[in-house]
Amino acid sequence: MPDANEDPPDIEDALLRRGARSTPYPAAPSAIRSGRDTLSVEVALTVFRQMLRTRAIEERSIKMSKSGEAYFWIGGPGEEAFNVCLGLQINKGHGPAHDYLHLHYRNAGIMLTMGMPMIDHTRQLAMRWTDRHSRGRNFVGHYSIPEWNVIPVTSVIEVQFAMAPGTALVQKRHGQKNPTENEGITVVVGGEAGTAEGDFESCLNWTTRPGQELPVLMLVTNNRYGISTDLDTVHTHRPIADRAIPYGMRYETIDGNDPVATWHGIDRAMRYCRRERKPFLLETMVSRLHGHSSSSGAQRNWNEADSLAAFEQKLIDAGAIDTNAVRALKDEAKAEADRAVVETMKEPEPTREDVYAFTYAESAVDTIYPKDFTGLPGAR
Amino acid sequence: MANMAQAVRMALHFGEKHLGVTDVFGEDVGPPLGGVFTATQGLRTAWNTPLDERGIIGTAMGIAYAGGRPVCEIQFCDYAFNVLDMFKIAGNQRWASGGGYDMPLVVMTPNGAGIRGSLYHSHSFESWASRLPGWKVVMPSNALDAYGLMLAAIKDPNPVLVLLPKALLRAKDTRLIPGEPADADELSRMIDAPVNDRVGWEPNWPNLEDHTVKIGSAELVREGTFGTVISYGRPLPLCAQAADELAAQHYRTFDVIDLRSIFPYDWGMISRSVLKTGRVLIVNEDTEVTNFGEHLLRRVVDEHFYDLSVRPRTLMGKHVPGIGMNQNYEVNSVPQLGDIRTALWDLATEAA
Repeated sequence: MPDANEDPPDIEDALLRRGARSTPYPAAPSAIRSGRDTLSVEVALTVFRQMLRTRAIEERSIKMSKSGEAYFWIGGPGEEAFNVCLGLQINKGHGPAHDYLHLHYRNAGIMLTMGMPMIDHTRQLAMRWTDRHSRGRNFVGHYSIPEWNVIPVTSVIEVQFAMAPGTALVQKRHGQKNPTENEGITVVVGGEAGTAEGDFESCLNWTTRPGQELPVLMLVTNNRYGISTDLDTVHTHRPIADRAIPYGMRYETIDGNDPVATWHGIDRAMRYCRRERKPFLLETMVSRLHGHSSSSGAQRNWNEADSLAAFEQKLIDAGAIDTNAVRALKDEAKAEADRAVVETMKEPEPTREDVYAFTYAESAVDTIYPKDFTGLPGAR
Repeated sequence: MANMAQAVRMALHFGEKHLGVTDVFGEDVGPPLGGVFTATQGLRTAWNTPLDERGIIGTAMGIAYAGGRPVCEIQFCDYAFNVLDMFKIAGNQRWASGGGYDMPLVVMTPNGAGIRGSLYHSHSFESWASRLPGWKVVMPSNALDAYGLMLAAIKDPNPVLVLLPKALLRAKDTRLIPGEPADADELSRMIDAPVNDRVGWEPNWPNLEDHTVKIGSAELVREGTFGTVISYGRPLPLCAQAADELAAQHYRTFDVIDLRSIFPYDWGMISRSVLKTGRVLIVNEDTEVTNFGEHLLRRVVDEHFYDLSVRPRTLMGKHVPGIGMNQNYEVNSVPQLGDIRTALWDLATEAA
């Protein structure tokens, strides 16, 4: 039986068939094109490799949730092009001179592309004490990396859009005081269903106050579903991006399944936010290849367009890569994911002594909890 | 001699000047109004927000993430219910991130009844707030404590909710905040914005000094032997008054504990007093079903059952949907002086 996560079940060896179409190979191209947009082969192959790694960790994660190595899975297979193109363009670092990331739970690709090792993903999925994001407390993909300004991801839909103006406010002030550090922006990501929450509107409003506009890149990944609910049944047919119009905010809708278009859409929006210190609403149309989460089975949906398969074919057709190299990259990515899981499963779990840890920061003005939470006040 | 609103204002000024407060913000918090209770007049970092409580708490969290020290206001706690999940998140960020992020955030909001505020300017919030792990929750009953608890809230690197009893915001303290001029009129001329034209007005801040009331420290405001009264906020002065009356008229004296911190609460002081008197009354104005006072009652029963002489009891607000506008509604749903005096008398005189 073919592996349900990898290639369509009706194709015995999809890779060979795709490769066969483009033989004999054309001369190596200098750029990969999509409409008027181009990517250098070097960047395109970097994007492709990171997309493969992202797909590999997501598919391995789904297996973990089904094998008992983990419980709940949620993630972003189908959003690799968006995640990778965004991750490669982040101004990574700590503090207001760099970008702040208010993500949601389908953004593994951003983190891997920024340099997070796969094991930092699987440790959270396997609920280990070594999980650097949450000590085994939170769902997978709920990253938190202070050194890279990655704000803790929370399961509550859209609240990150209410927080984004705060980090951007500090960034804008910081840039005004330190003109050489005036490029940091706040990147906030959510799905299209979440835009029904008032917090989305809060972000539009708070970032466009006259004279006090804030450098927030508002990103909506539109996969057309909120768990099981079709967007067309709960939202006007006007694009989500049109919600920027009454606020006078710049906006665009792009094809998030096309890495070349996605790269440039993000680049345009980011450059605007960085230079103008103003917000931009970018809607990216993406696929949801494994449903909402493990709660809906996480089975592969073959009716959805696959950005990774399409990009692979595009690169092969263009002669930027051959099937053997693709296979090697895939094997490498899968092996990397397997190594991360094997190592993760050897690591310790949290214990009963860890329940209270990290509730409170040390305080010199608290007589009950000067160090951390220790149970009810005065408890014996 | 400052009133509580002036004390909060002076604490925020001290916070801006000495403790790194970067933003004081909320609805009508900045100029020209400076807060619907005047608690933020003349502050250097005060600014007005959209009428959006979720945006206020979310933005405060964002500022805190990026290294700022925000103090924000929900104009009335009655309008904090749509931010309960933002409060939950602010309270769990440190725990959820395994210590990755601190959340140095202060939220202040007027609490309780007593200003003829009708349904939606009379809610009490402390019982809701007590169900927000990760937060610290304080409520002063006088201006000096308001100053001291606000400074503690600002200094504490965790989220702190400062509940300000609406009915006491205009109440003057008999004591002086360190650095405050002795003449209340002089203080008013220095820091109260003119009623009409405020263009170009600048406050003339007194040279204030630090005075921190540590979180988790209650104050024993009356000492006695016939019973223990645990209260905070608006009913606290009434409890002290009732205790004074019973002491003067009937020689019955009480320990009156001003809890000051809802969480963490000063269990040590409560426990010592219960051991001494064996009689306990808990008084607050929040609605009585699943009231924070019931938690204190549970601990008293759990840990002092055999130390009690008579049944421990509570006096709380009635479980009604709101405080009605007509005073007959309020006085019959929120503990009044007479109710407290009667409850104290019953507590002291019930046969053991």
